[in-house]
Amino acid sequence: MMRRGFVLPYLTGTPLGGRILIGVLVLLAVLVPALNLAVSPDSMLHVPTYVVALAGKYLCFALLAISVDLIWGYCGILSLGHGAFFSLGGYAMGMYLMRQIGDRSVYKDPVLPDFMVFLNWKELPWYWSGFDVFPFAMLMVLLAPGLLALVFGFFAFRSRVTGVYLSIITQAMTFALMLAFFRNDMGFGGNNGLTDFKDLLGFNLQSDATRAGLFIASALALAAGYLLSLFIVKSKLGRVLVAIRDAESRARFLGYRVEYYKLFVFTVSAMMAGVAGALYVPQVGIINPSEFSPANSIEIVVWVALGGRGTLHGAALGAVLVNFAKSYLTGAAPEYWLYFLGALFILVTIFLPKGIAGLISRAPDSRIGITGIGRRLSQFFARRAL
Amino acid sequence: MSGIQRARPKPVNADSKFEPILYLDGVSVSFDGFKALNALSFYVEPGELRAIIGPNGAGKTTMMDVITGKTRPDQGTVLFRGDFDLTKMDEAAIANLGIGRKFQKPTVFESHTVFENLELALAGSRSARASLFFRLKKIQADRIGSVLETIALMHLRDIQAGALSHGQKQWLEIGMLLIQDPDLLLVDEPAAGMTDAETEQTAVLLKDIATNHSLVVVEHDMEFVKSLESKVTVLHEGSVLAEGSLDTVQNDERVIEVYLGR
Repeated sequence: MMRRGFVLPYLTGTPLGGRILIGVLVLLAVLVPALNLAVSPDSMLHVPTYVVALAGKYLCFALLAISVDLIWGYCGILSLGHGAFFSLGGYAMGMYLMRQIGDRSVYKDPVLPDFMVFLNWKELPWYWSGFDVFPFAMLMVLLAPGLLALVFGFFAFRSRVTGVYLSIITQAMTFALMLAFFRNDMGFGGNNGLTDFKDLLGFNLQSDATRAGLFIASALALAAGYLLSLFIVKSKLGRVLVAIRDAESRARFLGYRVEYYKLFVFTVSAMMAGVAGALYVPQVGIINPSEFSPANSIEIVVWVALGGRGTLHGAALGAVLVNFAKSYLTGAAPEYWLYFLGALFILVTIFLPKGIAGLISRAPDSRIGITGIGRRLSQFFARRAL
Repeated sequence: MSGIQRARPKPVNADSKFEPILYLDGVSVSFDGFKALNALSFYVEPGELRAIIGPNGAGKTTMMDVITGKTRPDQGTVLFRGDFDLTKMDEAAIANLGIGRKFQKPTVFESHTVFENLELALAGSRSARASLFFRLKKIQADRIGSVLETIALMHLRDIQAGALSHGQKQWLEIGMLLIQDPDLLLVDEPAAGMTDAETEQTAVLLKDIATNHSLVVVEHDMEFVKSLESKVTVLHEGSVLAEGSLDTVQNDERVIEVYLGR
């Protein structure tokens, strides 16, 4: 656990939920791999490998949720296209993993991935070069989403596109990318995407130890992403972001260049989403254009709203809870999953404007505390009755 | 004004202190054929307190929008301290040049505390990098304290601004302008929606501010304008109808006809 003023002077104000999040992550990073690797499969305490991979996936989604909360909760930028940044990070990692396959592929070409051989391509396209080098690929995990966010954000924020209009163009952005990545000519494996990965930095992706390592990496990335976001929102820059969210023109007339602030936080957020995608791909073993689908990006927003917008740790919690429910329900009652998700979103919006995190935190504002729920319920039905 | 100095571009012209601080010449703005400003010309001298009155639709708020960079004029000249062409700059650049603006509807950052609102308005670098690593200095905290005294909100410093009364929000916004330390303050209907006692206090506050700032106040309320004891400019249909002391303009035939006589 973190002690006051111990890790960074800026983080002395880490909220209770955040401390719990960090504590749980440290615990998970130690316990889950230990219970998977060191405990015999016959034991009650053994954590099966598929659970490790599933939990690792949830942690990636939690990081993605925090990246969306950073811009939506604190700066009012409702991105409905964050799946695009996640996917770009995922594709950058996928390209590295493809290059690692080498001649172990079906067509045994030492350089070209199978889908290129299949398309009768003779050489690697220029944008695939360098991806066999791990540090370069990791740089691209940050740069590809970061640059897209920078360019997209520059034009959108400079033209003062805000609110629902911005949401719509982010949605259009991810949709356009999905269509582009579906095309075989793009050179990213088209419909099938990138898959059949063998190893990462020489470690076999199918082995339990590698899975455990990826899980630990995801937990660390989530903790780092949380602390970075917390650092940003606790700084004066964070207060400027909230100021922009609440009264943009006031911030302008005070002399703040609103577009630069938005651009900064949007780009940081996109890079975090890219890292989440890069950790996600080796754990699920595939990346394809469906990750760009607009519905995916909307689902992220639901996680954040449910967990508690503008709290960071709440977003992480929301992502894990909704995905846990999704894993369970899509197995138990697949036809009801979307209804469940929709109902959850509506109920949370009406009764828990601050999400689950707002429910848990000892909020002095009783509108959002546990005691407030009854009142909100009665208010809601009183309004209905009128 | 004591306190924190801000690096501002210096006017090229060394004699600029004899120039009007604000100079508008032939400024026209039209929206869909409606002329909101029609060859508006007037100037404000350094250190002056100026009240601007006029009936609804006279162009008062549009004039503020033009000066602060929110609206680009179709034609005309808008100069600040003689040298800076405001028609070529955006809101943030104009604000950093030293022009502060108070909106008609009190606009403060509601989810921040009173103290944080003033901290955000505090003169200083507005860059994102400076904000990320910003630490409040003792001298800055003291400055915020003195402004809290001036606007009589010291006892509410840690309250969320959204919880303030209408009048308190108006004062907080005026405080934010003060701490921004601009050379010219534009204040849009500061007394709107205030109680009589609050209105009176606001007039005192503004007159106090005017002792070391240039101040332009747009106002509807005649009593309030009278209490400012300043030179008055009457706007009508986007241009200046009359200018002078309140008595002079109140006795002006045309002013009576379009505005006061109704």
